[in-house]
Amino acid sequence: MRYYDDFPVIKNNPDLVYLDSGASSLKLQSVIDKMNEYYTKYGVNVHRGVYQLSYIASDEYEETREVVAKFLNAKTKEIVFTSGATSALNLVARSLSEHINEGDEIITSVLEHHSSVMPYQEICKNKGAKLIYVPLDKKGNLTVENFKKVLTDKTKVVALTLMSNVLGNTTPIKEITKLAHEKNAIVVADGAQAVPHMKIDVKDLDVDYLAFSAHKMLGPTGLGVLYGKYKELNSLNPIEFGGDMNDNVELYDSTFKEAPYKFEAGTPKIAEVIAFKEAIKYLEKQDLNKIYEHDYELTQYAINKLKAIDGVEVYATESSCGIVSFNIKGIHPHDASTIYDEKGIALRAGHHCAQLITKWLGVTGTLRASIYLYNDYSDIDKLIEATVVACEYFKEWII
Amino acid sequence: MSSMNELYRQVIVEHFKNPRNKGLKNTDEYTKLRLKNPSCGDDVTIEVKIKDHHIEEIHHEGTGCSICCSSASVMSEVVKGKDIEEVQEVIEDFYNLIKGEDVTDEERLDEAMAFGGVAQFPARMKCAILAWKALGTILAGKSGEEDV
Repeated sequence: MRYYDDFPVIKNNPDLVYLDSGASSLKLQSVIDKMNEYYTKYGVNVHRGVYQLSYIASDEYEETREVVAKFLNAKTKEIVFTSGATSALNLVARSLSEHINEGDEIITSVLEHHSSVMPYQEICKNKGAKLIYVPLDKKGNLTVENFKKVLTDKTKVVALTLMSNVLGNTTPIKEITKLAHEKNAIVVADGAQAVPHMKIDVKDLDVDYLAFSAHKMLGPTGLGVLYGKYKELNSLNPIEFGGDMNDNVELYDSTFKEAPYKFEAGTPKIAEVIAFKEAIKYLEKQDLNKIYEHDYELTQYAINKLKAIDGVEVYATESSCGIVSFNIKGIHPHDASTIYDEKGIALRAGHHCAQLITKWLGVTGTLRASIYLYNDYSDIDKLIEATVVACEYFKEWII
Repeated sequence: MSSMNELYRQVIVEHFKNPRNKGLKNTDEYTKLRLKNPSCGDDVTIEVKIKDHHIEEIHHEGTGCSICCSSASVMSEVVKGKDIEEVQEVIEDFYNLIKGEDVTDEERLDEAMAFGGVAQFPARMKCAILAWKALGTILAGKSGEEDV
């Protein structure tokens, strides 16, 4: 009940067991209120109007950039707002592609979400570059040792997730970044799953780029963030052209603003950006370190309980935080998920937009329970109860 | 669990465990179409041998959930030996059943009527109709591979 007033979806669905925050977290009342405040009190465009309301909107918008920057230990001008982690990752990849040549190598892994690997598949196909996968160890972990095996003088970009959205294991990105920089490679980190659960300090990790989504961390949908080390970020060319990102426009050529503005063409997600700072303030108030501890404990509790059930296969590893992937042996995850739905438990079933890792696991898909700060032990107990019922129900099906 | 039993009726479970007409012949006599639902991974291939405007033989192969797999099996039995135009009507009727709408001929749908419970599970409708959609696409003159 601790979060009853903070999350209206919990208030409106008191029996809901929400275990799908890896797909999208619940949204804060304060975020919704802030969006409403924008729409009802000063709902005009930013960076354009020379009148009072536009100044308020612009200040509120830019204040979020400051809040996000502080949250990541970055500079304000290193924060670009995008329409999501996917568009942030595509922006970096497409902008970097100018610097990729035939024979260059791009390192990634099978742990990646499709949006962290597919943009580089396209670049490699178009440029004759090579996509290289870091081999995973037996448990599905990405290790520094294995990274060393694929890092070469030809490596130009290293695109890796900070936390797998299927296994929940984290990448030793700091060590990997140090090694990659010794080869002058650019490191692009996908933080969509990690940033909601753990304190990220971009200066400490030293990654060149970091992408994440607002809606997975209590914020509004349709908004993502791209952090870029300023020197790197400002050296990239934009991929979208038009309003607000331009400087001087002539008949046949134009100049652009400096980063981050040259990457924010057109009217941005004003209400979403303005409201997102409320989510970050809330996470900071709750303390990211405590959130990590809470999510990690619940995850391990769920993994251990599920492992103890005969007929359940658990794919997550000991290092998993917030993500529990499993299957009822011999039963397609979509069949199993119907039982959970019946019992008011929301979880994900399928390949989770990460087909490479489900193929690596040798399955067509998995069930995935994902945990966040508003979950408690009773949620996990209900998941376990439903799993026992599901195993019993499907027992006669196993061929 | 009552609505679970409404969804997974005995016929469906039985066809899932013992699928009929499973396995492709892959000969020139057959027209073949593979239909996939990339968002869930269901993947069905249907092949039919048409003779004298009738479905003489039909086979299916693929991977997916029980609803998808058993639906392909049930369909193969329901349409086998029927006139093509009649099969097209049966397919339309099956779509109506899945949408929870009235069907014109319940007897003709036969065991496929067991899928009536799917109407209460919107997330599973695509699973139930995948094989039928593949057959309908073949009868519309197409072959090869498609995504829904």
